[in-house]
Amino acid sequence: MFRSISRTGAAVGAALLVAALAAGPALACGGLIGPNGAVNLLRTTTLAGYHDGEEHYITAFQFAGGGGAFGSLTPLPGIPSKVEKGGDWTLQRLVRETEPQRESFLLGAAAAAPAASAEELMKVQIDALDITVLRGGSAQVGQWAKDHGFRLPPDAPQVLDFYSARSPIFLAAVFNADAAAARGQQVGDGTPVHITIPTDNPWVPLRILALGKTATERVTADVYLLTDRTPALLPAPNGDNGLNLDHSAPASESLLTDLRTDRGMSWVPTSGWLTKVRIDAAAPALGFDLAIDASGARQPSRVLAGLDLPGAAAPVDHAVDLARLAVGLALSIGGIGGIVVLLRGRRPLTLA
Amino acid sequence: MTALRRPGRLALVGGLVLALGLAGIAVAWAGLAGTGPVTIEIPIRYSHYERSTVTVRAGVPVTFVLRNDAPIDHEWIVGDAAVHERHRTGTEPVHASRPTEVTIPAGTTKLTTVTFDTPGTFLYICHLPGHEAYGMVGTVVVTAH
Repeated sequence: MFRSISRTGAAVGAALLVAALAAGPALACGGLIGPNGAVNLLRTTTLAGYHDGEEHYITAFQFAGGGGAFGSLTPLPGIPSKVEKGGDWTLQRLVRETEPQRESFLLGAAAAAPAASAEELMKVQIDALDITVLRGGSAQVGQWAKDHGFRLPPDAPQVLDFYSARSPIFLAAVFNADAAAARGQQVGDGTPVHITIPTDNPWVPLRILALGKTATERVTADVYLLTDRTPALLPAPNGDNGLNLDHSAPASESLLTDLRTDRGMSWVPTSGWLTKVRIDAAAPALGFDLAIDASGARQPSRVLAGLDLPGAAAPVDHAVDLARLAVGLALSIGGIGGIVVLLRGRRPLTLA
Repeated sequence: MTALRRPGRLALVGGLVLALGLAGIAVAWAGLAGTGPVTIEIPIRYSHYERSTVTVRAGVPVTFVLRNDAPIDHEWIVGDAAVHERHRTGTEPVHASRPTEVTIPAGTTKLTTVTFDTPGTFLYICHLPGHEAYGMVGTVVVTAH
């Protein structure tokens, strides 16, 4: 069926969008709380693709009702080279690839509800979303939010510090509900956003998904990875850590073809590896991100996973230190010996 | 002559007198300090009051230095259960008119002086949405004068 997507074009894509936006887990996307205190923007399934040194982060922001303006924050591993409207069916096609048996459910189910200001690096408007790429620490992002009439949830300072220590780049997606209503957007309608980020290795922010959640709430999400080869993940999904490896296999030709024919998806290679990580964790337990080593070295970064701070001291090599100490001592002793020899061989000064 | 023969005993007595004198000065100083102005600093970081319990004396003015190191606004509202219940559903965006209710914008420090008239235990809470549930609660223990 989905092979036909590339041929039937936007009409079918739009139909699938309407159907599948209701699918799968949605994420209450806290971060930017509007003046009325509501968090009305949800985030659905996410794809993190990596090819030719660029991460393609595709997610959909879904309008969950309410008026005024509200939004969300997404930490990014670097400054994006491009932020554009995402393809219409990419995320839904991924869901179908890994959960084909749930087709009837997908079509009928409703989505689960879910100092100085920062430097604005990029501003893009996509439908009713005002997207701004920010650079700054927690204080600057907090000030930016305040300047734009938003407040941040109480856990934001700690979470923003967690991210800005690694990469002080954030994407603020502000949804103008009034503009959405004027456009005829309804509750449940989503706007896919495609962010292209040059980076050595991709990572997927997970801790941000718990932003604004209480200790008793859970985070449920589906993260798809499309890489050139089998990725190594950190933390490795084992179920106990809230990460479940639901799918790990070569990407089918039909999937890659369908994805490649969606808007802005020409980067999709002719072969690749598809991984699906299902997240189901208590919000306080999600204190890390998903680091991915797509290079084949199978060494995902502990820093990118948020398990170590950047610039943490490397393990000390005591053998090297001892050698340095021995050389230093030898040089010092030699130097002192030389001075002593010079002083002994020197005649005392006498007045003529 | 007798005193000269016993210099060790004299030194001992002198030392005791000096020690008693110093102790008396210390007690007097402490008593004076107890009735003077009291300042208590409460830093705020990561949406928590870093000082979660303070003890003060009834009838003594206490100046609270509320230092908000966070990038988001916070509140410091102290009072009994009725006060907090009112603020949990309150709509007042900014508090500035009562010394027991203070809004502390991000990155700022506010001073407020409060005199607790009666002994008891009172809570101070940030009533911005979600902040109390996140743990932004502290306790003032007021002892008898």
